[in-house]
Formats: sequence, C-alpha cells, structure tokens
Amino acid sequence: MTDTTTEKVARPHSAAPPVRKTQAPRQVRLRRGLTPWLFLAAPLILLITFTYAPVANMVAYSFTDWDGVSPELSYTGAENYAEIFTRAELFQVFFVSGYYLAASVVQIAAALYFATILSFNVRFRNFFKGVLFFPYLINGVAIGFVFLYFFQDGGTLDSVLRLLGVESDRAWLGTSTSANVSLAGVSVWRYMGLNFVLFLGAIQSIPGELYEAAELDGASRWHQFRYIIAPGIRPVLSLSVILSISGSLSVFEIPYIMTGGATGTETFVIQTVKLAFQFNKTGLASAAAVVLLLIILAVTWVQRRLVPDDKVDLV
Amino acid sequence: MNRRTAHRTHRTKRRTTLAGTLLATALLATACTGSGGTSKGEDAQAPDDPKSVSGTIKVLTHRTDLAQDGTLKKYAAEFNKTHPKVKVEFEALTDYEGEVKIRMNTENYGDVLMIPAVIKKNDYPKFFASLGTVAERSKKYLFTDFTSVEDKVYGQSPMGAVPGFLYNKKVWKAAGITDWPTTPAEFIDALKAVKSKTDAVPYYTNFKDMWPLSQWTSVNGSVGCDTQATTRLAEGNPWAKGADLRVGDTLLYDIVREGLIEKDPTTTNWEASKPKLAKGDIATMWLGSWAVVQFQAAAKKAGTNPDDIGFMPFPAQVDGTFCATMSPDYNQAVNVNSDHKEAARAWIDWFTDKSGYAEANMALSPVKGAPLPEVLKPYEKAGVKLIELDDAQGAAVKEIDNQSEVGINKPDYRQDLVDLARGAKKGSLDDFLGDLGKRWTEAAKTAGS
Repeated sequence: MTDTTTEKVARPHSAAPPVRKTQAPRQVRLRRGLTPWLFLAAPLILLITFTYAPVANMVAYSFTDWDGVSPELSYTGAENYAEIFTRAELFQVFFVSGYYLAASVVQIAAALYFATILSFNVRFRNFFKGVLFFPYLINGVAIGFVFLYFFQDGGTLDSVLRLLGVESDRAWLGTSTSANVSLAGVSVWRYMGLNFVLFLGAIQSIPGELYEAAELDGASRWHQFRYIIAPGIRPVLSLSVILSISGSLSVFEIPYIMTGGATGTETFVIQTVKLAFQFNKTGLASAAAVVLLLIILAVTWVQRRLVPDDKVDLV
Repeated sequence: MNRRTAHRTHRTKRRTTLAGTLLATALLATACTGSGGTSKGEDAQAPDDPKSVSGTIKVLTHRTDLAQDGTLKKYAAEFNKTHPKVKVEFEALTDYEGEVKIRMNTENYGDVLMIPAVIKKNDYPKFFASLGTVAERSKKYLFTDFTSVEDKVYGQSPMGAVPGFLYNKKVWKAAGITDWPTTPAEFIDALKAVKSKTDAVPYYTNFKDMWPLSQWTSVNGSVGCDTQATTRLAEGNPWAKGADLRVGDTLLYDIVREGLIEKDPTTTNWEASKPKLAKGDIATMWLGSWAVVQFQAAAKKAGTNPDDIGFMPFPAQVDGTFCATMSPDYNQAVNVNSDHKEAARAWIDWFTDKSGYAEANMALSPVKGAPLPEVLKPYEKAGVKLIELDDAQGAAVKEIDNQSEVGINKPDYRQDLVDLARGAKKGSLDDFLGDLGKRWTEAAKTAGS
C-alpha cells in the first residue's frame, strides 16, 4: 500500500515543487518501505509461530507413523488417509453431531427471539442482555463441571423439578439419546449468548427511522421483524449458521469434560484426541484432524454456494 | 521442497520476499521437527563411595501430595546423611504423564524420573541409562522384568501393589458374609445379600472417573494363577472362553446386569467414593492394595474406624488357593542425558532400599524377601499366593493394544461393557467380547512388523 503512495508522490509531473524535495534519498525510501513490515513483523511472527507452523507441522505428521514420543518417525505416504477413509466406524461419530446441529437451530432461533425483543424498549433491558450473554464468558471446563452436578442423580435439575412437583427418576446422562440431548442443551445454554450479541449488534445497526416510518405506515411488530430486521441481519445470520455447523462438527469441551465420550457421546474431535493420546497414533490422529478441517471447509463452501452472500440494501 | 519455495519467492516482487522468507522459515521449522534419535545406551553406575559422589539432581515425580506436605524434602535430608555432596531437587507434576511425555522430546527431563507409560520398551535405551543386567538385579529386586531391554534393566519401581477388592467389613458382616467368595457366582450372591440386607450400594463402578474401570485389567494372571499371563495376552485371544480377562469382564458385566451398582454410574465421583466406602454407604470396589492407605485416611477423616476397610482377592481359586499378581508402580529411571548419573543412581538405590517409601505407603517392597505390608497380612493368613508376572511380552501387548485400539489399560471398552450391561447400549456380551477378541487377534498379526 505504502509503496504505491510513495510512487505517486514521487512522480515528477505531479506537482510544481522541485523534484529533489519529493524524491527522498534512497535510504529514506528504503526505510519508508520497510516501516510497515516492521510494524507487521510482530503479529506476523506470532501468527506464523503459533498458527501456521503448528498446522504445517500437523499436516507433516499426518504423513508419518509418529507415536508422539519416539525419536524416530517414518514417512508412510498417504497410508493414514487411506486408513481413515476405509474405516467407516471412524465417521459414525458424526451422527452425534446431529444432536448439536439440531440444538444449534434451537439456539439461533432463541437468540434471534431474545435479540429482537431486547432491541425494542423493554424494562431492565441491559440486565437481561447481561444475563443472556453471561454464560458465554464462563470457561468451558467450568461449565462442564457445573453441569455435571446439575445432571447428577438428586442434583440441581432433579431438585428443581421436584419443587415443581415433577418426580423424575431418570439418569440424565444415562442413555445415549438422553446424554446427547442433555449435552446439546448445555451447549445451547453456553453459546446462545454469543449469537444473541451478534444479532443484537446487527439489529441495532439498522437505522431507527426505518422503524418510525414503518410504524407510521401501520406495521405491526411482526411486520417490522419480517420486513426490516430479518433482511437487515441476513449476513450475520448466515455467519451464525456457518459457525454453528462447523461448531457442531467439532464439538469437544463439553462432552469431553462431562462424559469423556462414554455412552455414545463421542464426537469426532474426542475420537481424534483418543487416537493421539490414548493409542499413541499421532500420525493417524493428525490425518483425522486434517480430514475434519477439509470437511468443514467443504461444508462452508457448499453453504456459500447455496446461500450466496447478497448485498443487503434496506433503504 | 523448502529450497524451491524460497527460490521462487526471490524472483517475485520485493514486497512478497519478506512474507515468503517467513513462510519458508515456517516450513523449514516443520522439516526440522522430529529430533534426531541417537541410540545411546549408557550405564548409570552406582558410586563406589557415597561420600564422594556429588552434583545437583532433579527428580521428577507424580507425587504432588508428598511434595506439598514436605515428605519428599525429608527423604532428601535423610539421603544427604549418607550422600552429603548430592543436592536433590524435586519437581512434582500434576499431569505427570502428559507433561513428561512432551518434555521427553528434549533432553531436559530431570535426572531421575518415573518412566511414563507411553514410552515404548524398545525406546528405553534411548531415554534412560541402564541400572545393570537382569541377572544381577533380579537376584535382589522384584519387577526387573518390567523395564528390561535385551538383558539390561532401565528402571526400578520403589514399590509394588496387588490387585483386589476393597470392601467395608462391617457391611459385609451385616449381610452375613464372613468368608471371601471363591467363585464369581459366589461373589455375585454375596453382593446380592449386601443389597437385600443392608442399605449400602453393593458395588461402585466409578464409571465417570474412568480410570478405576481400567483397574479391572489387573485380574489378568490372578484368575488363572499363571505367571505367563502377559505372554498369553500377546499370543492369544484375551477374551477366549476361560481366559482371565473374559472371566473378569464377565464378572463386571454380571454385577452391573444384576443391578448391584450405584443408581447413576454416569455421574460418579472418585473423591466422594472414599468416605462413602469408609462409612458403609458403598460395600465394594475393585482397586488394588495401593488404595487402602487412601481409604483408611478417608475413614479417619469421616470419623469411622479405618480397620473397617478390608481387602480381598479376586474370587477365583486354583487348587484351593487364591492368587494375586504383584505389579510395579511407576519405575524410577536415570535420564540418559544426565550429567550426574552416579548421583542419580545413588538416589534410586537409596530410595528403593532404604527410604521406607514402600512401608509408608503400605505397599509391597520391591526388595526380595522383605516382609509383607500390614495391608496384606490377611492375604498371608489366608494363604493367598503372590506371583510375579513375566513381562517379556509386555511391550508386544502394549503394541497390540494400541494397534487394535482396544485399550485394555484404558477405560473406554469397559465403559462400553457397563453400558451394555445396564442396557444403555444394545448387543450381547458374547458379541461384544467376541468383537474385542477379533480386533485384538487381527492386530496381533500385524503388530511388530
């Protein structure tokens, strides 16, 4: 960027002042060209050391049979990938993602509902905003432990239900379906706040006079939502959908802390972690991680093709 | 490949050169990972004169509790009485396995450390200095087999343990059972009696905390009273009819199937289970002799009698006697890169022979001929035969285990087993164990190649 501007300034016919003044000495020019890179160096070095180098490393490991500790590792070509794609049971865990996908529909709907309501003038608005966003600020591991007590036999959930007069005697994490629904519920509780804030921000960026004009025209709240808010937040909505699909394919923290993947709650990432750290197949696990990355990229790409990101024009 | 990338970037515009170089550096860094393995093979000799050996040694340990309450410092002070010039420092790690595993990619992993389970036996000579030959060490110590590679021993466990059921004596008595059950069927009947005659949970799985379930693998050898049990794992199907693991897993399955466990296994809590057993809310748990100390401490804390904690062998007898396998704890070893191998070796020898660590933990002493700990006195009285497994095939078993992804020392398959037994997962026990056996034997064919 800076290069082009200096070039422009340096053009001789651009201005009356003598050339000597604008044509800075070679050294100065060099320094000017270097300055942005010096500023960029810190973030670039950090980015490369902590993001790209490890990813490149992982891709490299995925072509080896490394066990994670041994000083020796040998190159095995695409063998790990061949193994992943010939073992159908490795992909069965994606059924579990279905629960989280269904949950994220609920999550987005709820977030949209609350964001819409709280964008109008409601009493204790800021308080409710805080309440809804709060769970997102808690550490995922802490949430796992909190909800472990919540779902315990005779735990918080059972006590609350008893107060309401419902005697439930079920083990919430006891069966595969029940456990997955419970865990997906925790995930909704945790991530709804983020969606909510995104939606709220988008809604508040819609100019206020639109509502006024709509009200003058006799539009109801539903009409305002349908014809002003919904189209206005479309880009954010599609972003949320992408995030939640890739999120539900790579669920990890909550099931890992709460059940460790037992009782049919194992997700693809938990499976990968187990391959790497229980069975010491670091090479195979790296390949699995690369495959997951590719799947997510593919899903996102398909989604962008199906729902193109149109420019929104409200006015 | 790196060179080509770098080369091409030189020709492009100046602006991209820097980014290109950075990227190339990143790629180069990638290419450099995987440290060059030099197969070393050094010995850590015992010093001739304990007074003259010197140096500062760092001991990596998993016993964070002993580091915090100052016990380790006391050991070091005691050690200094005989080895005045050695300074011992400790580094206690909470996630010992995870952290040491990563540190072992460098040369900096202490002078003395516990051998992490993840290290393959064949790699021992690359990481540790030898303590001597098998012939020489096995005369004096137990468990030399577990760390030997080609006739050289690389580690020594400072204590050993015996697997068994921890039980609350009062509860079992209240249920009318005074003798240890001798068959799995008798054991189930005993638990049923506990269920009907007392309020206690007959058996607690510790399902949520997972690792207690993997303790069940230690039935191997105890059931058939066979010192070659590990070899049999490597060479056959561990879940064949009558095989030790099948007997153990079937007992666990039956216990769960008969509803003799806690109400909700998915939310169990290990720390809370200790006082519960001490108080008699829980009757039985399959663990090992190492756990007795912890449960007695929990009993004291809960204000009940520590002597109520009983310990019994697996309900199986060969020719009228029970059997129990002696197995090592973490094995201590000397870092092959250590600058003070003599001092490190002196520490291991002293810690194994003279520290009193095994007694303090009520564990088996690894020194042959040492008296049994208090915990195992009932075993002595009942004539339980203590055997040491031959671990020559230990590395092969580990390899098959990883290859097959069965995980006999991991909790996963037993969690599935418990789920199967309580109906949270569909299928029959025979199919389940048959599938494990199939995976195992198939992996056994390819492993080691």
